[in-house]
Amino acid sequence: MLRTLLAGDRKADRVVPPSGYTARLTTFTAGAMAFLAVFALALSLATGRLADRWSDELARTATVRISAPQGQMEAQAQAVMRVLDTTPGISAARMLSDEEQRRLLEPWFGPDLPLDTLPIPRLIEVIEDGNGPDIDGLRLRLAAEAPGAVFDDHTRWRRPLVDAATRLRLLAAVSVALIALSTAAMITLAANAALSANATVITVLRLVGARDSYIARAFVRRFTLRAFAGAAIGTGAALVGVMLLPSAAAEGAFLTGLGFRGWHWLLPLLIPPLSAIVAFWSTRAAAFRVLKGLT
Amino acid sequence: MIELESVAYSYGGGDILSDVNLRLAPGSFHFLTGPSGSGKTTLLRLCYMELLPSVGTVRILDTDVRDMSRDQVAATRRRIGIVHQDCKFLDHLDLQENIALPLSVAGRDIEGERDNLEELMSWVGLTGQKHNRPPQLSGGERQRAALARAVIMSPDVIIADEPTGNIDWEMALRLLKLLVELNRMGKTILIATHDMNLIRNAKSQTAARVLRLHNGRLQLAGADL
Repeated sequence: MLRTLLAGDRKADRVVPPSGYTARLTTFTAGAMAFLAVFALALSLATGRLADRWSDELARTATVRISAPQGQMEAQAQAVMRVLDTTPGISAARMLSDEEQRRLLEPWFGPDLPLDTLPIPRLIEVIEDGNGPDIDGLRLRLAAEAPGAVFDDHTRWRRPLVDAATRLRLLAAVSVALIALSTAAMITLAANAALSANATVITVLRLVGARDSYIARAFVRRFTLRAFAGAAIGTGAALVGVMLLPSAAAEGAFLTGLGFRGWHWLLPLLIPPLSAIVAFWSTRAAAFRVLKGLT
Repeated sequence: MIELESVAYSYGGGDILSDVNLRLAPGSFHFLTGPSGSGKTTLLRLCYMELLPSVGTVRILDTDVRDMSRDQVAATRRRIGIVHQDCKFLDHLDLQENIALPLSVAGRDIEGERDNLEELMSWVGLTGQKHNRPPQLSGGERQRAALARAVIMSPDVIIADEPTGNIDWEMALRLLKLLVELNRMGKTILIATHDMNLIRNAKSQTAARVLRLHNGRLQLAGADL
């Protein structure tokens, strides 16, 4: 069937007169849907990357926060460093300098923060290795050695972020599926319109001995090629749009990182053949349904 | 060849045909007459499977039409040539393409059949018109073209529904001559018409039987012709 479809049959194609608005409707629909599909795909991939990155980065790091009276701060910090240095599953632990802490707080308090006069907790960045440490055991040891130390593995705020990104990816994937279904529905409507408009042609073909498959093929081939052409145009336009998006920057990583990366650029190229497959099956089903209603 | 056994056909609560029995033997020539609305076209449509009987059995080429698959119906229709009063051409195709349409749908190579096609166009006197579109033809030319399309697959049966309804007498005689020729070649012919002159003329050339539909029932006519 596919070989016949691609090879074509000039005479079979000619038996159905070239139709006007259904042709344009199919091409336009396929083009518009492909355009939207490219952006939904880009959104899905971008949110997927974001979820992976957040999950990965946050899963491998933790922070120990020490809140202690000024006189005990240094002693507790050293005690924490000793505990961390001897804990399996931790590859590195580093106390943040005053300058680094000032930079972290700068977006909220401004550049002239008098850090030495404020009771700011001491922060220690912890890099985990392989399986990570035994968190409960580590918390117990920290409580014993440095009562003001709190081990924060970022779970509290990591989970909602990763959940949000995962949901967004799911929504984008659902959008792609809805776009495919909408394409099928609209092509089915256009095919039904074309079949109704050509009722006389179908009657004549049946009277001269045409099989349903012959009649269906004439319509299916036409709609499949139109959908492919429309989707190719829509995909091309959308890819140009994605390429023209500002390049990714750390300040707006999500919005500017909406484009494709690496081999992901190849994924939109699947949209035109997939549109053609959707058109093929929806037109075929519509044609056989209509023909079955005729004696 | 074609057999109708106790066939009735109802539509919209009314009986159009009742208890119709008919047997078209191979090589026979039948006329079907009756007033307008008597069911002539319905009977023909039953004979080429465009309708299924409400009651009774229609057997074509020894197969009950109810037992035929959709592909079998298509294959059987290729062995029946049909000429409609309105010809049923595809106006976007030229005359030659319309006549060759049964070959196309049967998947036959048109180029390989080119000589047969030319011969057929010459037989119906339309060689010079082959690239014209159907709307450019006169009524007589259209009917002859419809006959050419009906016989291009060399069918066993030719069914014609009022083939001379829209043409002048001279052209009707020309068409009748072609049908009589086909009958002499062994084709089974069934023609629905209310043109008694045409029937009388045909009976002078061939042994045609005349059937009359009256109140949905089929009767053998002849004595009053």
